[in-house]
Amino acid sequence: MLRFSTSKVVATMAIIVIGLLLAVPSALSPDQRKALHASLPSWVPSWVVPSRAIVLGLDLQGGSHVLLEVDTQDLLRTQTTQLRDDVRRVLRETRVTPQGGIQMTQRGVQIRVTDAADREKLLPKLRELSQPMGSAILGQSGTRDLIVTDAPDGLINLTYTDAGMNEKVRRAVDQAIEVLRRRVDALGTTEPNIQRQGADRILVQVPGLQDPQRLKDILGKTAKLEFRLLGQQGAADADMLPSRDAGGQRVPVERRVIVEGGDLVDAQPAFDSRTNEPIVNFRFNIRGAQRFAQATTENVGRALAIVLDNEVISAPVIQTPITGGQGQISGRYTVQSATDLAVLLRAGALPAKLTVVEERTVGPGLGQDSIQAGKMATYVAGVLVVIFMFATYGVFGFIANIALLVHVGLIFGLMSILEATLTLPGIAGIVLTIGTAVDSNVLIYERIREEVHGGRSLVSAIQAGFDRAFATIIDSNSTMAIAALILFFLGSGPVRGFAVVFILGILTTVITAVTLTRMMIALWYQWARPKTLPF
Amino acid sequence: MRLLRLWPESAHFDFMRFRRWSFPLSAFLSLATIALFLSVGLNFGIDFKGGTLMELQAKSGTADVAKVRQTAEGFGFGEVEVQEFGTAGGLSLRFPIQSGGEAAQSAVVQKARDTFSPEYEFQRVETVGPRVSGELVQSGTIGIILAVIAVLFYLWFRFERELAVGAIIGTLHDIVLTIGFFVITRHEFNMTSIAAILTIVGYSLNETVVVFDRTRELLRRYKTMPTRELLNLSINTTMSRTVMTATTTALSLIALVTFGGRAIEGFAQVMLTGVVICTYSAIFISSPMLIYLGLRSSESAKAAEGEVAPAE
Repeated sequence: MLRFSTSKVVATMAIIVIGLLLAVPSALSPDQRKALHASLPSWVPSWVVPSRAIVLGLDLQGGSHVLLEVDTQDLLRTQTTQLRDDVRRVLRETRVTPQGGIQMTQRGVQIRVTDAADREKLLPKLRELSQPMGSAILGQSGTRDLIVTDAPDGLINLTYTDAGMNEKVRRAVDQAIEVLRRRVDALGTTEPNIQRQGADRILVQVPGLQDPQRLKDILGKTAKLEFRLLGQQGAADADMLPSRDAGGQRVPVERRVIVEGGDLVDAQPAFDSRTNEPIVNFRFNIRGAQRFAQATTENVGRALAIVLDNEVISAPVIQTPITGGQGQISGRYTVQSATDLAVLLRAGALPAKLTVVEERTVGPGLGQDSIQAGKMATYVAGVLVVIFMFATYGVFGFIANIALLVHVGLIFGLMSILEATLTLPGIAGIVLTIGTAVDSNVLIYERIREEVHGGRSLVSAIQAGFDRAFATIIDSNSTMAIAALILFFLGSGPVRGFAVVFILGILTTVITAVTLTRMMIALWYQWARPKTLPF
Repeated sequence: MRLLRLWPESAHFDFMRFRRWSFPLSAFLSLATIALFLSVGLNFGIDFKGGTLMELQAKSGTADVAKVRQTAEGFGFGEVEVQEFGTAGGLSLRFPIQSGGEAAQSAVVQKARDTFSPEYEFQRVETVGPRVSGELVQSGTIGIILAVIAVLFYLWFRFERELAVGAIIGTLHDIVLTIGFFVITRHEFNMTSIAAILTIVGYSLNETVVVFDRTRELLRRYKTMPTRELLNLSINTTMSRTVMTATTTALSLIALVTFGGRAIEGFAQVMLTGVVICTYSAIFISSPMLIYLGLRSSESAKAAEGEVAPAE
């Protein structure tokens, strides 16, 4: 009991000292942290004093949490439309005319070619549209994203496979994350967090944003920009799209796309020099500039339709060929909406529509209130428990209280180093931990008392108390840990923050309530040499 | 210095006698909870029901509940719950889930912001769509079931079968009564409530395990003591620890209820009730249950087979 191997003492003290040092930055304000680092003598390497403070969750810091889902139906529509265009191109190349044109099906397209010779010509070309998928390592090289089948009656079906669609969803999510990152970065907020969640979802967390509506506007827009020509009323190859100029009335727009948003290299908000109206200036890349120049040269006098997300936002008449590769979009914008549009155009279009499936926003003021309330609860709980322990166990209670303080410090230290997020339920977890952490001490002390009553000498009772209570401590903490682990894997956001605190609390109890307490009691015993138990 | 003692040093209290009252009481409360749960149901929050929750703070310091309610009802988003909330001038608004899929929910927030933002500050906005709320219900239920199963395995591995069964009955009892507390008080049931229930599962087992650890130890020491006496002794010897831990935990939870702010107040109240329920059930339900589960028989059977008991 009274002898500890030096290595054990050193190891325990090292864990505690390092753990507590890691917690120091969290106790300081950012300015104090800077001052601390500045005040260090030059011979002290900067890593000695940790600088990483605990990360506060959005519920404490204020900010927005938005969960977006890729609209797979929309993605499938985009994909089948593209497939239709590809098939149309192949048909043109092979000079085959299908009966009844190209039919869109649920997950692909369908054509009917009754002439066998034509089919022979066509099928190999159509099969080229199908891409092999998956890695050869996994032995899935046989899977393709598109299946081409032909029936004896001349019906040819091109259908996306499940694996093909999943792959496209996965790729769409990856692309969307990139696009969203560029968009959110343009908002200029600090440390946004954008990550994939599950198969088809994206989680966007932006701390400290005052106006989440703007965030949602920026996140939710597909921002697909197209330059097309206004068509003739009733023309076969025209889509009827709503027009902003005409107050939402539908106007015919040619299906052929001259240039797409992907060919933009820059977009900036500006003011029209004549009307002083907010506009967006853009610049094409070389390919875009060439195609734009050609189309405007050929169509002087016709109206150009600038189409954003299937809405004609303006339709200026082409006065002269535009060969410089530059242009402007005007569409009754405000300064902010022009700025946002420029951001969206620079960041590129989303591969599919995204839908907000969950939103949680906390204002910065409320977060600050929560932190204050949490601090208050922590202090009050700490003081109550410390007084109660001291009143019950005297010196031993004092020792348990030191262990308790170290325990809470270690939780903060571990959370800082693990970059775990402290949330409001997490604070509740810390307060709860203050109450439950002393349980191990209580178990040990009560056991010591029993052993003394059983007739053991003080030293041997202390020894037996620690040894016998240990099995119970392990049992009771393991059951707690099981519940906490399940909560961790199940919960998200704030609730997960609670689970983290709880798990760390269980881990550190073993160090503080068992090992540290034991060392302190040994020291006290050597110093005081008591004959009876002090409680 | 005279130190505090909450429980007499060497008590010989006959806890087992109380099972005549505790068993019918708990059975009644559990059945009542199940009946209430099925008839009245839980007051599900937007995590599980979907919909939109907003917390507004009047810029002027006083909120006009009636006016806000009237305006919000006029939006046509269904029945709106408007309540005064927290400090002066605080309001909470709850809109039901909108039909028309995920995208339809955003319209609620947009409309409310446009209407109320001149006079009110939006402190919290939460929108949960139908799909996410469905998933949260699923994961919450799975979590509680998983926790019970995982703990069952742990106990089975660590204790004799009768003890494990007794502990599980106690834990289920505690979960049921906690849910009863939710039903009766109309506390909002959300993801944080699941956290509270899982914590109560942990605490409940903690309480039971401490007593049962002692029961196991005494079983080996006093081979011939009748079960009833043995269980009384287990509880009496661990009672001062039970009282101590319940007190320290309750103290910190009281601090949380009083000062923790409105957002965790509910969680702390549930936990506080849970601590009372868990302490009660460990002593008056799980332990006396062992009398009926035939604790001694399997232990002596094991001894007869010459099986070695796990080392302390």
